[in-house]
Amino acid sequence: MFDNLSEKLDSVFKRLSGKGILSEKNIKDAMREVRQALLEADVNYKVARDFVKSVQAKAVGQEVLRSIDPGQQVVKIVHDELVALLGGTTAELTPIDRSPTIYMVCGLQGSGKTTLTGKLALWGRRKNKKPMVVAADIYRPAAVKQLKVVADQIDVPHFHIEGKTPPEICAAAVKHAKTNFIDLVILDTAGRLHIDQELMEELTQIKSQVQPHEILLVADAMTGQDAVNVADEFHKRLDVTGVVLSKLDGDARGGAALSIRQVTGCPIKLASVGEKPSDLEPFHPDRLASRILGMGDVVTLVEKAQESIDEEQAAKMQDKIFKAQFNFEDFLDQMAQLKKMGPLENLLQMIPGMGKALKGMTVDEKDMERMVAIIKSMTIEERRRPQLIDGSRKRRIAAGSGNSVQAVNQLLKQFFAMQKMFNQMGKKKMKGLPPGFNPF
Amino acid sequence: MFNSFKKLTESLTKTKDNIFGKISHVVSRRKIDDELLEEIEEILIEADVGFSATMRIIDTVKEKAREQRLSDGEEVIELLKQEITEILVQDEHPLFKPGDHKPVVWLIVGVNGVGKTTTIGKLATYFSTQEQKKAMIAACDTFRAAAVDQVVIWAERAKVDIIRSQEGADPASVAFDATQAATARGVDILLVDTAGRLHTKANLMEELKKIRRVVQKANPQAPVYTKLIIDGSTGQNAISQVKVFTDAVGCDGIIVTKLDGTAKGGVMIAVAQELGTQVDFIGLGEKVEDLQRFDAATFAEALVK
Repeated sequence: MFDNLSEKLDSVFKRLSGKGILSEKNIKDAMREVRQALLEADVNYKVARDFVKSVQAKAVGQEVLRSIDPGQQVVKIVHDELVALLGGTTAELTPIDRSPTIYMVCGLQGSGKTTLTGKLALWGRRKNKKPMVVAADIYRPAAVKQLKVVADQIDVPHFHIEGKTPPEICAAAVKHAKTNFIDLVILDTAGRLHIDQELMEELTQIKSQVQPHEILLVADAMTGQDAVNVADEFHKRLDVTGVVLSKLDGDARGGAALSIRQVTGCPIKLASVGEKPSDLEPFHPDRLASRILGMGDVVTLVEKAQESIDEEQAAKMQDKIFKAQFNFEDFLDQMAQLKKMGPLENLLQMIPGMGKALKGMTVDEKDMERMVAIIKSMTIEERRRPQLIDGSRKRRIAAGSGNSVQAVNQLLKQFFAMQKMFNQMGKKKMKGLPPGFNPF
Repeated sequence: MFNSFKKLTESLTKTKDNIFGKISHVVSRRKIDDELLEEIEEILIEADVGFSATMRIIDTVKEKAREQRLSDGEEVIELLKQEITEILVQDEHPLFKPGDHKPVVWLIVGVNGVGKTTTIGKLATYFSTQEQKKAMIAACDTFRAAAVDQVVIWAERAKVDIIRSQEGADPASVAFDATQAATARGVDILLVDTAGRLHTKANLMEELKKIRRVVQKANPQAPVYTKLIIDGSTGQNAISQVKVFTDAVGCDGIIVTKLDGTAKGGVMIAVAQELGTQVDFIGLGEKVEDLQRFDAATFAEALVK
């Protein structure tokens, strides 16, 4: 199996930084691997070619050759170039400043439109606006009901008229919104192939009838080279105002995002990262670029922490992670806090270096509970100094927590491995990041 | 056979025009040289064939062209076809083995939004009309909103029995009931619809393992096959999907959907090259009869024709 893009680049640059000074030739070697990695990450062939060309041109400059740590310099150039390609700064959704503000959601079948519609509605409500979702998918069996269930779950009104065409339903929905003090109307359209003339025409009709303020194209992060054709076609027809990248919580390397952005020029505005209505995040080009480069997504991690923990605690946590002064008491604290922040595996992926460290290691919430039980069966002294725990203590802890000694051993092993990893990350922070790169 | 070939060629016309059409376009009146091979490399990569499979194909074509002293660009087509078939070709794998106990259970799995439920509807129709088998559906996607309603509509269309429970029920318990019911009613094939899950979610993969175990428990004799559905527009992540699903619940075959768009489904070649997993069916359109048995030679032929 091939490695992650970040791991690939890691190995490329490890080789580079070992060499001290960059020659034109070793940049070329590195760029060949960057290109291969990009292609394996589903970046469009032409986009990858242009990217490599532009990075190469920048890297072979004198500035790089004279710099002290050329490997890191190249990492920074690649990173910056990726950020630029992904669209520079974060793009926001059109604000809900008219009543009603209209968002239209479109995309291929199975890209995640209905899930996104629910998430947008919840997002609107959290901004103290009154949202309404509109079921404009009259084709797929049970699609209307699906949106109804989603709407009921988050307690948001649902609009649909049986027996009408999608443009009629959407027009009626907007009319209804005007008289019912709805602030945000979200149109959930049917999934369609971009080459289906008839259905694409239907979208154009909906657009001209209701004049949406935001037209969002939902794109599956796992899409391959075809992402370019799909985005291009939707954009030509509808003048899409933003792209939402869905299923980013998988292990797809998301090269499609780069291609879509490059080909359409549309900003990627949101990342849809899970099945729960609250799993919606703004899309940050710099963070995705960092993730691609294996620098981790510390910013999102800390932000998530801030959402559920107060700021002081968040700072402490960040400090602990980097300083690796970490014992079982902190571990317990963290687990409690982490649990508030959402699925653990999403979080772990954001920590720099974790991608590699956690390869093959699976985390699930039940395991977490088991760990908590084990730690709670330790004495305070044992929690602070885990090296105290010998065979007899292990037996006691196992019995106390209703686990086997093997389970206790496993936890200890994982804990020590984690401590070691945090230790390395702390060191890496000092010299591992490119000059001028500040994760916070 | 001829009809199915024609349909496949027709359905892949968009695909063909877009990529392999381009191959026949680029090779005409050209000499075989590095420049030509590079253009073919680009076309293959843009078809999602993937870097390493593309390299293998290009290297082999280059080698063979040299060995056989070929120089005419058009001759590359035949070599490409051979090599793609070679990668895709698999052992004979009938859907039903002579000694199979009834019911044969197909666990239909895949990531979110690949078309599992739609495919189940089509499969149910395929088995009852094309193979004269008694099919039954188990509605085990109890997680997604209205998923059960969706598959119920498909069962009605296919005129097959369906075993269901309410939303939020344990999918394994539905699978258990369905397996018992299928056994009792003398069903030939039980199609188990499962909730879409990203292969990176460990606990959801555990749930699948449980469903598999429970089916086996309900009828230890019933052969259980896992069929992984892959969206035809998926890129190289398909390899990861096949790998992780295979590790969790095995994967006895792939069904590639949505090949009626401009996606080329070249990732099938990448998957075959990396993992050797076989493709059972391909989905070429919305209609029930657009689900077709996959045949490597026919497919390669249709692609490079």
